[in-house]
Amino acid sequence: MEQFFLQLTNGLAVGGIYALIALGYTMVYGVLKLINFAHSDLFTLGAYLGLTLLTSMALTDRLGPFWGTVLLAFMVMLLIAIVGALLDRVAYRPLRQSPRLSAVVSALGASIFLQNTVMLVYGARFQVYPQGILPSTAIRVMGLDIPMVRLIVLCTSTLMMLALFFFIQKTKTGTAIRAAAIDQGAARLMGIDVNRVILMVFLVGPALGGVAGLLVGLYYGQINFTMGWGYGLKAFTAAILGGIGNIPGAMVGGILLGVIEAMGAAYLSIAWKDAIAFCVLILILIFRPTGLLGERVAEKV
Amino acid sequence: MTNQRTIITISLANVVFASLPFFLNTYWVDVLNSIGIYSILALSLNLIVGHAGLFNLGHAAFYAIGAYTAAILNTGYGIPILALLPACGFTAGVFAVLIARPIIHLRGDYLCIVTIGVGEIVRIALINDVFGVTGGANGIFGIARPSLFGFSVRSPQHFFYYIWTFAGITVCLFHLLENSRFGRALNYLREDEVAAEGSGVDTAHYKLAAFVVGAVWAGMAGNIYASKMTIISPESFTFWESVLMFAIVILGGSGSIPGMLLGAFLIVGLPELFREFANARMLVFGAAMIAMMIFRTQGILPAKQRRYSLPESSGEESGTG
Repeated sequence: MEQFFLQLTNGLAVGGIYALIALGYTMVYGVLKLINFAHSDLFTLGAYLGLTLLTSMALTDRLGPFWGTVLLAFMVMLLIAIVGALLDRVAYRPLRQSPRLSAVVSALGASIFLQNTVMLVYGARFQVYPQGILPSTAIRVMGLDIPMVRLIVLCTSTLMMLALFFFIQKTKTGTAIRAAAIDQGAARLMGIDVNRVILMVFLVGPALGGVAGLLVGLYYGQINFTMGWGYGLKAFTAAILGGIGNIPGAMVGGILLGVIEAMGAAYLSIAWKDAIAFCVLILILIFRPTGLLGERVAEKV
Repeated sequence: MTNQRTIITISLANVVFASLPFFLNTYWVDVLNSIGIYSILALSLNLIVGHAGLFNLGHAAFYAIGAYTAAILNTGYGIPILALLPACGFTAGVFAVLIARPIIHLRGDYLCIVTIGVGEIVRIALINDVFGVTGGANGIFGIARPSLFGFSVRSPQHFFYYIWTFAGITVCLFHLLENSRFGRALNYLREDEVAAEGSGVDTAHYKLAAFVVGAVWAGMAGNIYASKMTIISPESFTFWESVLMFAIVILGGSGSIPGMLLGAFLIVGLPELFREFANARMLVFGAAMIAMMIFRTQGILPAKQRRYSLPESSGEESGTG
């Protein structure tokens, strides 16, 4: 039982990270119907930029661990949001009128490009985050030692998700994003600037992905230029699991996938851990392609 | 007249190409061998991506299954590797039927994601030594060289003729397939699935058939790869291998056989010329893929439009193609 709860907290922490990345996929897919393959590499870039800022500016030494990390997170968000917007401008915007699959190929190209840029700049080896930024202690909850890091990661991702949920549901821009996701043409007729909505999506999604990268760096302590691929594919699985294009769905799907994976690794086989998520992906696409919270949409002719 | 000239040009080019091993050193012959294997793989993927329009980003899985079938049956049971060519194609084909059957109806980008997942599951299964026969992360070594009538294919020069003969046969067969009823049906469903179905094309059947034929060919390419390397491991069948094949198809010009050959030469051969920039190779690919989609979606050597001339008796100019 103790094992179960420890795995549960681990699954929730990882699931929170998946959910943050999944939000970026689902928002872009909702508005553009495009799998943004490069999103996973923006996540990696977030982890690397976070490391660079952390070591070069010594933020945590000057401001203390808490405010230092918060400021760092905001800087990473800002930078990755800019990269995200640039990505859209260069790789996707010229293809708005093209067949959808052209944009998918372009996304794949952008992913390869970004990943190899990170490799050329930072090298192919694992990079290590400095120790002791997040507390390494554990707190006792009902007789269980739960590492603080897990709680911090889970709280951060929950906080970010709540902020996004509020933004999407309550603000005018959020309403515009939802409207454009339902029907771009009609949204345009209602006076919504769809291009601005798309820009907004490419600012917010990558910002969340960048923070997820930073969290992975802080949680696991080491990062690699290829790590985005695995996380990205799992996060996309999470987005499909919850129903692609559906923002609460991505949150639920991410947390659920994290827990499924942690439980699978603990009780089935650790060696097959990575295959579990892909099996979930295939099963969900075969049996319920619209996801858990998605609505059934007929294919347009 | 032009037809005759084309035949002469192609024959001459073939003779020149066949004599290359006499002028090049072993290293460059080996590079040409790699290009040959990737040409075969790209031609097989072209059937799925280029002709049927199904986005398959897990082609390395079929390649891996062919290679592992060859390796396991050759090292474990001593069956000659050349005799295993059909067996490799068969196992890859059966696997393709099993996995493609339930997912074939998925839309473009979903199919793309699922095939990535399948490719990864196969790779993880190979690393985890599934059924205790794949040798885990170390792979399988000691695979025999192919031999025909007592002549053993050993040196890179021998392999040059072996691989490129196979590639040549592939080109001829796929050219015939392209212009057959089957090829036309695939193109039709790529262009407009609903219209194709409305005209009586059994889309699910044709999509599955394209997937299986492509997989069979990739499986046989896996056999050739295994016999060329004599050692195989899961590292050779990663997602990037699938991306490489995919990039050849897209950049070369999907649906076009000359495009596949050119693509293989550019993507596999060109980096060998610029060894010092080897690290930046993928970077350039990525940028090229974006640029290609924006400026020339159809690839470098796109497929020609099908042309049908009007009957002679009509006397009109056959301008409508």
